[in-house]
Amino acid sequence: MMSAYRVLPGPEHFLPPAAASMGIRLPNPGEAHINGVIVPEDQAYEEAARQFLMAKVPTIFPGPLVLWAWNEKAAKKATAIRHLFETLKECVQPGQKPMLIPMPDYRPKYPKINPEIEINPNHPNLTIWHNKIDCCMFIGVHCHQANLSLKIIRGGTSCYTIAMCAQAGHEDAMLSFRDASVEKIMKLAETVKRLKGTVQPRLSAAKN
Amino acid sequence: MSKERIKISEALYDIMPSDYQDLVKSATYGKDDRGWKDIGTSKELIEQHSLCAGCPESMAFRYIMASLPNPEDTVMVGSTGCTSLVFPMVAVHNIHSLFGNQNAIASGLKRALSVRFPGRIKDVVVLAGDGATVDIGLDMTLQAWFRQEKFTTICFDNELYANTGGQESGFMQKGFVAKMAPLGKQFEKVRLPEIARESGCHYVVQCTVSKPSLIEKVIRNAVHVAREIGPTYLQLYTPCILEIGKNSMEGLQEMRDSEKPTERFAYKEFISEPAKQLLAELAAKEKERKAAAKQLAGQAQA
Repeated sequence: MMSAYRVLPGPEHFLPPAAASMGIRLPNPGEAHINGVIVPEDQAYEEAARQFLMAKVPTIFPGPLVLWAWNEKAAKKATAIRHLFETLKECVQPGQKPMLIPMPDYRPKYPKINPEIEINPNHPNLTIWHNKIDCCMFIGVHCHQANLSLKIIRGGTSCYTIAMCAQAGHEDAMLSFRDASVEKIMKLAETVKRLKGTVQPRLSAAKN
Repeated sequence: MSKERIKISEALYDIMPSDYQDLVKSATYGKDDRGWKDIGTSKELIEQHSLCAGCPESMAFRYIMASLPNPEDTVMVGSTGCTSLVFPMVAVHNIHSLFGNQNAIASGLKRALSVRFPGRIKDVVVLAGDGATVDIGLDMTLQAWFRQEKFTTICFDNELYANTGGQESGFMQKGFVAKMAPLGKQFEKVRLPEIARESGCHYVVQCTVSKPSLIEKVIRNAVHVAREIGPTYLQLYTPCILEIGKNSMEGLQEMRDSEKPTERFAYKEFISEPAKQLLAELAAKEKERKAAAKQLAGQAQA
């Protein structure tokens, strides 16, 4: 039976439950999940692009698996991520501020982190709060660190989270792809481009 | 074993924080003759630390990080104590263990790395305080030595439990009165270097960290002997200036005073016969390498 629990933007509370413990399950190949509901992957591209185009500060958080050129595949993914970011910059309206903020490693970095230039999985909320990020996508972050971050973000912020996961996906994201590849990142970029101008940013909606 | 393994993806290079760019550009990963003299001219493998101002432990950390012969293939195992405040700032793989468990963790880790990477040299170095090494973790420390586990154990000996307010440790000197040990230590300081020798350590040194060149030498020796022969142990005096009532700038003098021949941290070294042989071979190779490098430099100048 499908769970009634939905993975929604927070702040949920100080210690939000792991979505898996609330009955949210991971998508099968060719599928994704939106708010914990399994959907065809194509639907997720549309929704992710819409969320990016709606956000005041749509942000991509590349992790160590793509920031460091471990192999050719990682370097290619990094290039695709850069393309997605450039596309996003072209497609947003004045007043929206896309960002590309790295998570270079997982060291706790106490007592100091510079939230303007990096995000740390142990306190991702600091970077989100500081930059007023309302929609973000994790990519190239090891699963256990991504889960930790996604839970903290859901617990303490109202940011919409997207996971472009190279493995089986993340229950704790509001939207999760699985089996991330260069092709999938490029397809998301194409979708953003296609939906350009069709989505009302929250910025102007607030003004209206 | 070089910087080939730590390249930043070109497409995202510009967004990497500068400390990571510096690590790739000017850290000494893969450099054959890396050592303390690189400090100040290259990116150190230790970022800011959160130890007290003037803490000799921070000096020790910097010298050790600069001297590890193979940092890109080294995993350090730490334990509870002041050292655990520094490990998050260190650009070498490290694991924090439960208080006292460090040598047990390192044993399993070293064995697992040998199985997982049979063709590659992987060094394991334990770095813990005296509480973790000689009190709470003495069982694990000794058992690892008895089993001849091939890794280095470094103990930062500050002669008490420093970051919990100054309780008595096994390494505290007899008669010393600490904030949380008002009656004074009733027993002698544990002679762990001698115990290490009798427990099967092949290279044992006790010294202070007042001389960076000495620290470089003993670290390299200890890691090489552990890699090839068996367990090694270094006991480094890193006084807690706060707990012994000194000022920030007095740590170095405290170490110099304590390493005099009649003092408790007079240089002490035990080397087994196989280790002596290995170190002599390594010294000969190093001499050859330096001569070749000198010759090359001479040819380049000509």
